[in-house]
Amino acid sequence: MARAALPGGLSARRTWREARLVERRPESPTAVTLLLEVDGWPGHLPGQHVDVRLTAPDGYTATRSYSVAAPQDGDRIELTVQRVPDGEVSPFLADGLALGDSVRLRGPVGGWFVWRPDQPGPVLLVAGGSGLVPLMSMLRARATAGGKAFRLVCSVRSPADVLYRDELAALSAVPGVEIQLVHTREAPAGDPRPAGRLLAEDLSAPGWTATEGPTCYVCGPTGFVESIADLLVLTGHGADRIRTERFGPSGP
Amino acid sequence: MDFVTRGFEGRRRGSDDRLPPGQYLTGDFPVLSAGPTPPVDHDEWELWVATEDGTRHTWSWDELMALPAESVTVDIHCVTSWSKLDTEWRGVSLDTLLEDVETAADFVMVHSYGGYTTNLPLEDILDGKAWVAFGYDGDDLAPEHGGPARLLVPHLYFWKSAKWVRGIELMPHDSPGFWEQLGYHDYGDPWREQRYQGD
Amino acid sequence: MSHPQQHPHRPGPPADWDGNLMAGPLSELFALDVTTAVVRCRGCGAANEVARLRVYGPEPGLVGRCPGCDDVLLRVVRTPDAIWLDLGGAASLRWPAESAGSEAQA
Repeated sequence: MARAALPGGLSARRTWREARLVERRPESPTAVTLLLEVDGWPGHLPGQHVDVRLTAPDGYTATRSYSVAAPQDGDRIELTVQRVPDGEVSPFLADGLALGDSVRLRGPVGGWFVWRPDQPGPVLLVAGGSGLVPLMSMLRARATAGGKAFRLVCSVRSPADVLYRDELAALSAVPGVEIQLVHTREAPAGDPRPAGRLLAEDLSAPGWTATEGPTCYVCGPTGFVESIADLLVLTGHGADRIRTERFGPSGP
Repeated sequence: MDFVTRGFEGRRRGSDDRLPPGQYLTGDFPVLSAGPTPPVDHDEWELWVATEDGTRHTWSWDELMALPAESVTVDIHCVTSWSKLDTEWRGVSLDTLLEDVETAADFVMVHSYGGYTTNLPLEDILDGKAWVAFGYDGDDLAPEHGGPARLLVPHLYFWKSAKWVRGIELMPHDSPGFWEQLGYHDYGDPWREQRYQGD
Repeated sequence: MSHPQQHPHRPGPPADWDGNLMAGPLSELFALDVTTAVVRCRGCGAANEVARLRVYGPEPGLVGRCPGCDDVLLRVVRTPDAIWLDLGGAASLRWPAESAGSEAQA
């Protein structure tokens, strides 16, 4: 099956571009969304990510990957940065980068973990913590591409860790969209589901079994992704219908 | 040098240790093989790059020689624990070869004359990280070391630097090559000692 | 830093190597002496004793190739916590019945 090419040839996607911070907004007590304007941005698909590089005065560089949180919008891209405790890059991006300042940015990166609006069938999204970011790009793209059934199962430690909280609440009222939050450490008061790890019964729902053949996107920490992918396969989903993206350590 | 990010200081790693964990220095250049040295003539030699939709780009030996080449000095690390520092190579960067390639793939399978294969993320052969190398230590690359041309990817264990390189297949999913099928790590970062599956 | 193992690297095509070198690593996996088995190549159909295979390695792994067509018949890799064996290139392995019988009686 031939796949449509991605926006921008290989050399366009490997070029480092200047990305200016034009807006920042908090997403949770520990995460911030940055809106960047990128000169000559070739465009991107929901699910892709970018590399961001910071350069110190002596030439030392640090590079990290961030998923794009919103669908294509001209030269603007949105990144949601989760502050990593004692991290080298994320606290700087979340708090240190001022409006009007620039970083170097390259992309888009990633060919498999993408959702194209013309893909047939329902879409099952499973997020672990900040793994929600690329899946949010897909959910947001659904709005402009119309119609397909989407179900998001999002695993977080506590209610305070939920990203895009208000937007998810609004989306859960949209016909064709189901949002299920799973709290692993601390559940909201009165929540019918007690706090605990995501299990097979959290994944399944009427109309969302292997028979309906959804394309499944799973994103989060490596251990989370591997156990969810195993669960999906165990409950009958074909391995070829499961796409994963692991947020692992980026290097020494 | 790149432009400076205002306000960023960064945190540096100690740069004294050039040997990854578990490695020792060697003075010679051991030859490890999974098969006989394939006899490859310059006249018959061809390098291909195949994208996931079947598009093929090819280079004859003369065409490869006409491309801009670089001389690089790199450290190499074999999974069998020997490392060799400051090895000198000459070759064509994969950035040059893949410049006009349109692809949505994230991985590559590298194919060698003789049937050897090895898999890598596409990211790991771009941005000055890999070459099709035809010169070693000021001379033509010897056949037992992979001549006429081999892949050179020094930041990964050296089994990823496929000898007698013949083709690069772009693939949407990762798929294990010759040693990766038999227990060796799919990625192979010497700094994280990723020698075997599960490391 | 862990103490490195010294490996006897043999340069060039292993002219003096033969399938007997597979005996040791495979002795843990097979009750019978694997070098006396006859292996049929899936590629060219040739049948040879494992002892006659052209063997490469032992690092990063042992590779036994068909003396006729050079196809890979057997591969063995030892990692710290596993032994990996690939017999995919072999259409079949055949031991003489007496060797099986004598093992049972031993």
